[in-house]
Amino acid sequence: MSDPIPYRPIAAGSQPPLDLPSYRSTGKRHPMAAPVHIPTTLTEASAPNFATPWYAPHTNLSVVDGKAAMGERIIVAGRVTDENGRPVPNAMVEVWQANASGRYHHARDQHDAPLDPNFLGRGRVITDAEGQYRFTSIRPGAYPWRNPGPGWRPQHIHFGLHGTGFAQRLITQMYFPGDPLLVMDAVFLGGGDEAARERLVAVLDPELMQPDWALGYRFDIVLRGRAATPFENA
Amino acid sequence: MTDATASQTAGPFWHMIDFPEWADLLRADGPNAGAAGERIILTGRITDGDGAVVPDAMVEIWQADADGRYDSGFHGFGRCATDGDGVYRFVTLKPGAVPGPGNGTQAPHIVIAIFARGLMAGVMTRAYFSGDARLGDDPVLALVPQARRATLLARQQKSGLWRLDIRLQGEGETVFLAA
Ligand SMILES: [Fe+3]
Repeated sequence: MSDPIPYRPIAAGSQPPLDLPSYRSTGKRHPMAAPVHIPTTLTEASAPNFATPWYAPHTNLSVVDGKAAMGERIIVAGRVTDENGRPVPNAMVEVWQANASGRYHHARDQHDAPLDPNFLGRGRVITDAEGQYRFTSIRPGAYPWRNPGPGWRPQHIHFGLHGTGFAQRLITQMYFPGDPLLVMDAVFLGGGDEAARERLVAVLDPELMQPDWALGYRFDIVLRGRAATPFENA
Repeated sequence: MTDATASQTAGPFWHMIDFPEWADLLRADGPNAGAAGERIILTGRITDGDGAVVPDAMVEIWQADADGRYDSGFHGFGRCATDGDGVYRFVTLKPGAVPGPGNGTQAPHIVIAIFARGLMAGVMTRAYFSGDARLGDDPVLALVPQARRATLLARQQKSGLWRLDIRLQGEGETVFLAA
Protein backbone atom coordinates (compact mmCIF):
# COMPACT_ATOMS: atom_id res chain seq x y z
CA MET A 1 0.00 0.00 0.00
CA SER A 2 1.20 3.58 -0.59
CA ASP A 3 2.58 5.48 2.37
CA PRO A 4 0.86 8.60 3.68
CA ILE A 5 2.31 11.92 2.50
CA PRO A 6 4.51 13.10 5.38
CA TYR A 7 3.73 16.19 7.40
CA ARG A 8 5.96 19.20 6.84
CA PRO A 9 8.65 19.67 9.42
CA ILE A 10 7.72 22.35 11.95
CA ALA A 11 9.03 25.71 10.71
CA ALA A 12 11.66 27.35 12.92
CA GLY A 13 10.18 29.99 15.21
CA SER A 14 6.59 29.01 14.51
CA GLN A 15 6.10 27.07 17.75
CA PRO A 16 6.97 27.64 21.42
CA PRO A 17 9.90 25.95 23.15
CA LEU A 18 8.84 23.42 25.77
CA ASP A 19 11.49 24.78 28.15
CA LEU A 20 10.33 28.33 28.81
CA PRO A 21 11.88 29.68 32.05
CA SER A 22 9.61 32.76 32.09
CA TYR A 23 6.64 30.37 32.50
CA ARG A 24 7.48 28.72 35.79
CA SER A 25 5.34 25.62 35.43
CA THR A 26 7.37 24.42 32.45
CA GLY A 27 10.37 23.87 34.75
CA LYS A 28 9.60 20.34 35.93
CA ARG A 29 7.27 19.34 33.14
CA HIS A 30 9.15 19.81 29.91
CA PRO A 31 11.02 16.77 28.57
CA MET A 32 14.80 17.18 28.58
CA ALA A 33 15.43 14.94 25.59
CA ALA A 34 14.47 16.02 22.08
CA PRO A 35 11.58 14.03 20.62
CA VAL A 36 12.42 11.07 18.41
CA HIS A 37 11.43 11.95 14.86
CA ILE A 38 9.34 9.27 13.20
CA PRO A 39 7.92 8.87 9.72
CA THR A 40 4.30 9.83 9.13
CA THR A 41 2.54 6.49 9.33
CA LEU A 42 -1.12 5.64 8.98
CA THR A 43 -1.39 6.27 12.74
CA GLU A 44 -0.37 9.93 12.50
CA ALA A 45 -2.12 10.53 9.17
CA SER A 46 -5.52 9.32 10.37
CA ALA A 47 -7.77 10.96 12.95
CA PRO A 48 -11.06 10.46 14.75
CA ASN A 49 -14.25 11.39 12.96
CA PHE A 50 -16.08 13.87 15.16
CA ALA A 51 -18.84 14.68 12.69
CA THR A 52 -21.18 12.28 14.46
CA PRO A 53 -24.09 12.63 16.88
CA TRP A 54 -21.73 11.94 19.82
CA TYR A 55 -20.13 15.36 19.37
CA ALA A 56 -23.13 17.64 19.05
CA PRO A 57 -22.27 21.31 18.43
CA HIS A 58 -22.75 23.88 21.15
CA THR A 59 -21.99 27.26 19.63
CA ASN A 60 -23.78 29.84 21.77
CA LEU A 61 -21.94 30.37 25.05
CA SER A 62 -23.70 33.67 25.75
CA VAL A 63 -26.93 32.28 27.20
CA VAL A 64 -27.94 29.57 29.67
CA ASP A 65 -31.59 28.51 29.73
CA GLY A 66 -32.47 31.58 27.70
CA LYS A 67 -30.84 33.97 30.20
CA ALA A 68 -28.07 36.23 28.94
CA ALA A 69 -24.59 36.12 30.44
CA MET A 70 -23.01 39.29 31.79
CA GLY A 71 -20.46 41.06 29.63
CA GLU A 72 -19.64 42.19 26.14
CA ARG A 73 -21.26 39.85 23.61
CA ILE A 74 -18.90 38.73 20.85
CA ILE A 75 -19.00 36.61 17.75
CA VAL A 76 -15.81 34.65 17.15
CA ALA A 77 -15.46 33.08 13.73
CA GLY A 78 -12.75 31.99 11.37
CA ARG A 79 -11.43 29.45 9.00
CA VAL A 80 -9.33 26.38 9.69
CA THR A 81 -6.85 25.68 6.92
CA ASP A 82 -3.64 23.70 6.64
CA GLU A 83 -0.20 25.13 5.87
CA ASN A 84 -0.91 24.67 2.17
CA GLY A 85 -3.95 26.94 2.43
CA ARG A 86 -6.45 24.13 2.01
CA PRO A 87 -9.58 24.32 4.15
CA VAL A 88 -9.95 21.62 6.82
CA PRO A 89 -13.57 20.49 6.88
CA ASN A 90 -15.01 18.35 9.70
CA ALA A 91 -12.38 19.55 12.17
CA MET A 92 -13.56 19.56 15.77
CA VAL A 93 -13.05 22.98 17.36
CA GLU A 94 -13.45 23.18 21.14
CA VAL A 95 -13.28 26.40 23.17
CA TRP A 96 -13.17 27.19 26.86
CA GLN A 97 -12.79 30.51 28.61
CA ALA A 98 -13.31 32.62 31.74
CA ASN A 99 -16.41 34.75 32.17
CA ALA A 100 -16.51 38.54 31.81
CA SER A 101 -15.06 38.89 35.32
CA GLY A 102 -12.12 36.61 34.61
CA ARG A 103 -13.47 33.59 36.51
CA TYR A 104 -13.70 30.06 35.13
CA HIS A 105 -16.68 27.85 35.84
CA HIS A 106 -14.23 25.35 37.32
CA ALA A 107 -13.97 23.99 40.85
CA ARG A 108 -10.25 24.67 41.09
CA ASP A 109 -10.39 28.33 40.04
CA GLN A 110 -9.45 30.22 43.23
CA HIS A 111 -9.95 33.72 41.79
CA ASP A 112 -12.56 35.54 43.89
CA ALA A 113 -14.18 37.30 40.94
CA PRO A 114 -17.91 36.49 40.69
CA LEU A 115 -19.27 33.47 38.89
CA ASP A 116 -22.06 34.10 36.40
CA PRO A 117 -24.84 31.48 36.53
CA ASN A 118 -25.57 32.27 32.89
CA PHE A 119 -22.08 31.59 31.65
CA LEU A 120 -20.52 28.14 31.57
CA GLY A 121 -17.77 28.99 29.12
CA ARG A 122 -17.34 25.96 26.91
CA GLY A 123 -18.29 25.23 23.34
CA ARG A 124 -17.80 22.86 20.44
CA VAL A 125 -18.33 23.03 16.70
CA ILE A 126 -17.35 21.02 13.63
CA THR A 127 -15.97 23.03 10.70
CA ASP A 128 -18.04 23.16 7.52
CA ALA A 129 -16.94 22.21 4.00
CA GLU A 130 -14.93 25.48 3.74
CA GLY A 131 -13.25 24.92 7.10
CA GLN A 132 -15.30 27.63 8.78
CA TYR A 133 -16.43 27.77 12.40
CA ARG A 134 -18.40 30.30 14.43
CA PHE A 135 -19.25 30.86 18.11
CA THR A 136 -21.24 33.44 20.02
CA SER A 137 -19.76 34.22 23.42
CA ILE A 138 -18.79 36.88 25.94
CA ARG A 139 -15.48 38.71 25.99
CA PRO A 140 -13.53 37.03 28.80
CA GLY A 141 -11.93 39.06 31.56
CA ALA A 142 -8.23 39.07 32.44
CA TYR A 143 -7.40 36.97 35.49
CA PRO A 144 -4.53 36.61 37.97
CA TRP A 145 -2.12 33.68 37.98
CA ARG A 146 0.91 32.77 40.04
CA ASN A 147 3.87 33.35 37.80
CA PRO A 148 6.73 35.81 38.08
CA GLY A 149 5.75 39.03 36.30
CA PRO A 150 2.68 41.24 36.40
CA GLY A 151 0.58 38.34 37.66
CA TRP A 152 -2.33 38.77 35.23
CA ARG A 153 -3.07 36.84 32.06
CA PRO A 154 -4.40 38.85 29.11
CA GLN A 155 -7.95 38.15 27.96
CA HIS A 156 -7.96 34.92 25.99
CA ILE A 157 -10.07 32.04 24.73
CA HIS A 158 -8.60 28.54 24.77
CA PHE A 159 -8.98 26.61 21.50
CA GLY A 160 -8.52 22.90 20.89
CA LEU A 161 -8.53 21.43 17.37
CA HIS A 162 -8.51 18.00 15.82
CA GLY A 163 -7.86 17.87 12.09
CA THR A 164 -7.67 15.05 9.54
CA GLY A 165 -4.52 13.52 11.05
CA PHE A 166 -3.72 13.01 14.72
CA ALA A 167 -0.36 14.75 14.11
CA GLN A 168 -2.36 17.96 13.53
CA ARG A 169 -3.78 18.01 17.05
CA LEU A 170 -3.45 21.57 18.33
CA ILE A 171 -4.27 23.39 21.55
CA THR A 172 -3.79 27.14 21.42
CA GLN A 173 -5.18 30.43 22.76
CA MET A 174 -6.83 33.33 20.98
CA TYR A 175 -6.02 36.84 22.21
CA PHE A 176 -7.67 40.24 21.66
CA PRO A 177 -6.07 43.08 19.66
CA GLY A 178 -4.68 45.96 21.66
CA ASP A 179 -4.66 44.12 25.01
CA PRO A 180 -1.93 45.93 27.02
CA LEU A 181 -1.19 42.75 28.99
CA LEU A 182 0.04 40.92 25.90
CA VAL A 183 3.53 42.43 26.01
CA MET A 184 4.06 41.11 29.55
CA ASP A 185 2.50 37.66 29.24
CA ALA A 186 4.95 34.76 29.42
CA VAL A 187 2.62 32.33 27.64
CA PHE A 188 1.83 34.67 24.74
CA LEU A 189 5.43 35.88 24.42
CA GLY A 190 6.66 32.29 24.52
CA GLY A 191 4.47 31.32 21.58
CA GLY A 192 7.19 31.67 18.97
CA ASP A 193 8.64 34.51 16.90
CA GLU A 194 6.83 37.78 16.27
CA ALA A 195 4.95 36.45 13.26
CA ALA A 196 3.82 33.40 15.22
CA ARG A 197 2.56 35.56 18.09
CA GLU A 198 0.77 37.91 15.73
CA ARG A 199 -1.27 34.99 14.40
CA LEU A 200 -2.56 34.33 17.93
CA VAL A 201 -4.27 37.73 18.04
CA ALA A 202 -7.78 37.90 16.60
CA VAL A 203 -8.82 40.71 14.27
CA LEU A 204 -11.77 42.97 15.01
CA ASP A 205 -13.89 42.34 11.92
CA PRO A 206 -16.70 44.71 10.89
CA GLU A 207 -18.14 41.95 8.69
CA LEU A 208 -18.84 39.83 11.75
CA MET A 209 -20.32 42.62 13.87
CA GLN A 210 -24.01 42.84 14.48
CA PRO A 211 -25.19 46.38 15.33
CA ASP A 212 -26.92 46.63 18.70
CA TRP A 213 -26.01 43.03 19.43
CA ALA A 214 -22.41 41.82 19.21
CA LEU A 215 -18.82 42.69 18.37
CA GLY A 216 -17.10 40.38 15.92
CA TYR A 217 -13.60 38.90 15.96
CA ARG A 218 -12.00 36.81 13.26
CA PHE A 219 -9.52 34.14 14.31
CA ASP A 220 -8.17 31.96 11.52
CA ILE A 221 -6.28 28.84 12.50
CA VAL A 222 -3.64 26.94 10.53
CA LEU A 223 -3.00 23.26 11.17
CA ARG A 224 0.10 21.43 10.02
CA GLY A 225 0.13 20.55 6.31
CA ARG A 226 1.59 17.73 4.27
CA ALA A 227 4.80 18.14 2.29
CA ALA A 228 4.08 19.26 -1.27
CA THR A 229 5.75 16.32 -2.95
CA PRO A 230 4.70 12.79 -2.06
CA PHE A 231 7.60 10.50 -1.21
CA GLU A 232 7.01 7.74 -3.73
CA ASN A 233 9.63 5.36 -2.46
CA ALA A 234 9.97 6.38 1.15
CA MET B 1 2.27 28.71 2.59
CA THR B 2 1.44 29.85 6.13
CA ASP B 3 3.12 28.25 9.14
CA ALA B 4 0.89 26.39 11.55
CA THR B 5 -0.69 28.35 14.39
CA ALA B 6 1.50 28.31 17.49
CA SER B 7 0.60 25.93 20.27
CA GLN B 8 -0.21 27.34 23.71
CA THR B 9 -0.57 25.58 27.03
CA ALA B 10 -3.91 23.99 27.85
CA GLY B 11 -3.56 25.59 31.29
CA PRO B 12 -5.02 24.40 34.58
CA PHE B 13 -8.70 24.74 33.62
CA TRP B 14 -8.95 22.57 30.51
CA HIS B 15 -11.41 20.34 32.43
CA MET B 16 -14.10 22.65 31.11
CA ILE B 17 -13.94 20.37 28.06
CA ASP B 18 -13.51 17.13 30.00
CA PHE B 19 -16.27 14.61 29.49
CA PRO B 20 -15.28 11.72 31.77
CA GLU B 21 -17.31 9.18 29.77
CA TRP B 22 -14.92 9.65 26.84
CA ALA B 23 -12.34 7.61 28.78
CA ASP B 24 -14.49 4.52 28.17
CA LEU B 25 -14.34 3.88 24.43
CA LEU B 26 -16.65 0.87 24.81
CA ARG B 27 -19.43 2.57 26.79
CA ALA B 28 -22.87 1.24 26.05
CA ASP B 29 -24.24 4.54 24.75
CA GLY B 30 -21.08 5.48 22.86
CA PRO B 31 -19.89 5.17 19.27
CA ASN B 32 -18.26 1.74 19.80
CA ALA B 33 -21.04 -0.08 21.61
CA GLY B 34 -20.77 -3.73 20.64
CA ALA B 35 -17.46 -3.40 18.76
CA ALA B 36 -15.63 -6.72 18.43
CA GLY B 37 -12.27 -7.35 20.03
CA GLU B 38 -10.45 -7.90 23.30
CA ARG B 39 -11.45 -5.43 25.99
CA ILE B 40 -8.50 -3.93 27.83
CA ILE B 41 -7.77 -1.24 30.37
CA LEU B 42 -4.79 1.02 29.67
CA THR B 43 -3.67 2.93 32.73
CA GLY B 44 -0.61 4.55 34.25
CA ARG B 45 0.74 7.38 36.33
CA ILE B 46 2.20 10.60 34.97
CA THR B 47 5.04 12.17 36.93
CA ASP B 48 7.24 15.25 36.51
CA GLY B 49 10.96 15.97 36.82
CA ASP B 50 10.83 15.61 40.60
CA GLY B 51 8.87 12.37 40.38
CA ALA B 52 5.81 14.26 41.66
CA VAL B 53 2.46 13.20 40.23
CA VAL B 54 0.81 15.36 37.56
CA PRO B 55 -2.80 15.58 38.74
CA ASP B 56 -4.09 18.01 36.13
CA ALA B 57 -3.11 16.53 32.76
CA MET B 58 -5.34 15.98 29.74
CA VAL B 59 -4.58 12.60 28.22
CA GLU B 60 -5.88 11.59 24.80
CA ILE B 61 -5.50 8.31 22.95
CA TRP B 62 -5.84 7.40 19.29
CA GLN B 63 -5.73 3.82 18.03
CA ALA B 64 -6.82 1.36 15.36
CA ASP B 65 -9.50 -1.27 15.82
CA ALA B 66 -8.88 -4.91 16.69
CA ASP B 67 -7.97 -5.62 13.05
CA GLY B 68 -5.52 -2.72 12.85
CA ARG B 69 -7.84 -0.50 10.82
CA TYR B 70 -8.43 3.22 11.21
CA ASP B 71 -11.20 3.37 8.59
CA SER B 72 -13.59 0.73 9.86
CA GLY B 73 -15.89 2.98 11.82
CA PHE B 74 -14.31 2.10 15.15
CA HIS B 75 -13.90 5.41 17.00
CA GLY B 76 -10.43 4.90 18.46
CA PHE B 77 -10.38 8.16 20.38
CA GLY B 78 -10.53 8.77 24.09
CA ARG B 79 -9.80 11.57 26.51
CA CYS B 80 -9.35 11.50 30.24
CA ALA B 81 -8.07 13.65 33.07
CA THR B 82 -5.40 12.38 35.42
CA ASP B 83 -6.73 12.01 38.95
CA GLY B 84 -5.22 13.29 42.20
CA ASP B 85 -2.59 10.52 42.01
CA GLY B 86 -1.61 11.44 38.45
CA VAL B 87 -3.34 8.34 37.08
CA TYR B 88 -5.05 8.10 33.70
CA ARG B 89 -7.27 5.16 32.77
CA PHE B 90 -8.94 4.13 29.51
CA VAL B 91 -11.23 1.25 28.66
CA THR B 92 -10.75 0.22 25.07
CA LEU B 93 -10.07 -2.62 22.63
CA LYS B 94 -6.64 -4.05 22.07
CA PRO B 95 -5.65 -2.73 18.65
CA GLY B 96 -4.36 -4.93 15.86
CA ALA B 97 -1.14 -4.50 13.90
CA VAL B 98 -1.21 -1.54 11.50
CA PRO B 99 0.42 -1.18 8.08
CA GLY B 100 3.77 0.59 8.27
CA PRO B 101 6.10 2.34 5.85
CA GLY B 102 6.79 0.43 2.65
CA ASN B 103 5.27 -3.00 2.97
CA GLY B 104 6.08 -3.12 6.67
CA THR B 105 3.87 -3.65 9.67
CA GLN B 106 3.66 -1.72 12.89
CA ALA B 107 3.17 -3.70 16.07
CA PRO B 108 -0.12 -2.99 17.86
CA HIS B 109 0.10 0.41 19.57
CA ILE B 110 -1.95 3.22 21.03
CA VAL B 111 -0.91 6.86 20.62
CA ILE B 112 -0.97 8.85 23.84
CA ALA B 113 -1.05 12.66 23.73
CA ILE B 114 -0.53 14.69 26.91
CA PHE B 115 -1.46 18.33 27.45
CA ALA B 116 -1.16 20.24 30.73
CA ARG B 117 -0.31 23.42 32.52
CA GLY B 118 3.44 23.81 32.06
CA LEU B 119 3.44 22.12 28.65
CA MET B 120 3.50 24.80 25.96
CA ALA B 121 2.66 22.10 23.42
CA GLY B 122 1.26 18.62 23.75
CA VAL B 123 3.69 15.73 23.80
CA MET B 124 2.96 12.42 22.09
CA THR B 125 4.18 8.94 22.74
CA ARG B 126 3.00 5.39 22.04
CA ALA B 127 1.99 2.48 24.22
CA TYR B 128 3.11 -0.86 22.79
CA PHE B 129 2.27 -4.19 24.40
CA SER B 130 5.13 -6.04 26.15
CA GLY B 131 5.67 -9.54 24.90
CA ASP B 132 4.13 -8.96 21.47
CA ALA B 133 6.07 -10.98 18.90
CA ARG B 134 5.90 -8.11 16.40
CA LEU B 135 7.77 -5.54 18.53
CA GLY B 136 11.11 -6.50 17.00
CA ASP B 137 9.92 -5.55 13.52
CA ASP B 138 8.25 -2.28 14.45
CA PRO B 139 9.71 0.57 12.36
CA VAL B 140 8.97 3.26 14.95
CA LEU B 141 10.40 1.40 17.93
CA ALA B 142 13.47 0.72 15.83
CA LEU B 143 14.16 4.48 15.82
CA VAL B 144 14.15 4.65 19.61
CA PRO B 145 17.49 4.04 21.35
CA GLN B 146 17.42 0.53 22.79
CA ALA B 147 18.07 1.73 26.33
CA ARG B 148 14.92 3.88 26.31
CA ARG B 149 12.51 1.54 24.48
CA ALA B 150 11.04 0.23 27.71
CA THR B 151 9.40 3.64 28.26
CA LEU B 152 7.04 2.77 25.39
CA LEU B 153 6.16 -0.74 26.58
CA ALA B 154 2.96 -1.19 28.55
CA ARG B 155 3.17 -4.15 30.94
CA GLN B 156 0.38 -6.55 31.68
CA GLN B 157 -0.57 -6.38 35.38
CA LYS B 158 -3.19 -9.07 35.02
CA SER B 159 -5.36 -10.30 32.19
CA GLY B 160 -6.58 -7.30 30.21
CA LEU B 161 -4.97 -4.71 32.49
CA TRP B 162 -2.04 -2.88 30.89
CA ARG B 163 0.06 -0.28 32.64
CA LEU B 164 2.33 2.37 31.17
CA ASP B 165 3.69 5.05 33.47
CA ILE B 166 4.85 8.27 31.86
CA ARG B 167 7.71 10.38 33.13
CA LEU B 168 7.66 13.84 31.59
CA GLN B 169 11.21 14.70 32.62
CA GLY B 170 14.31 13.31 34.26
CA GLU B 171 15.27 9.80 35.26
CA GLY B 172 13.49 7.25 33.10
CA GLU B 173 12.07 10.06 30.95
CA THR B 174 9.51 8.77 28.48
CA VAL B 175 10.48 8.88 24.83
CA PHE B 176 8.23 11.35 23.04
CA LEU B 177 7.69 11.08 19.32
CA ALA B 178 7.31 13.73 16.62
CA ALA B 179 5.97 12.88 13.17
FE1 LIG C 1 -7.00 30.50 30.64
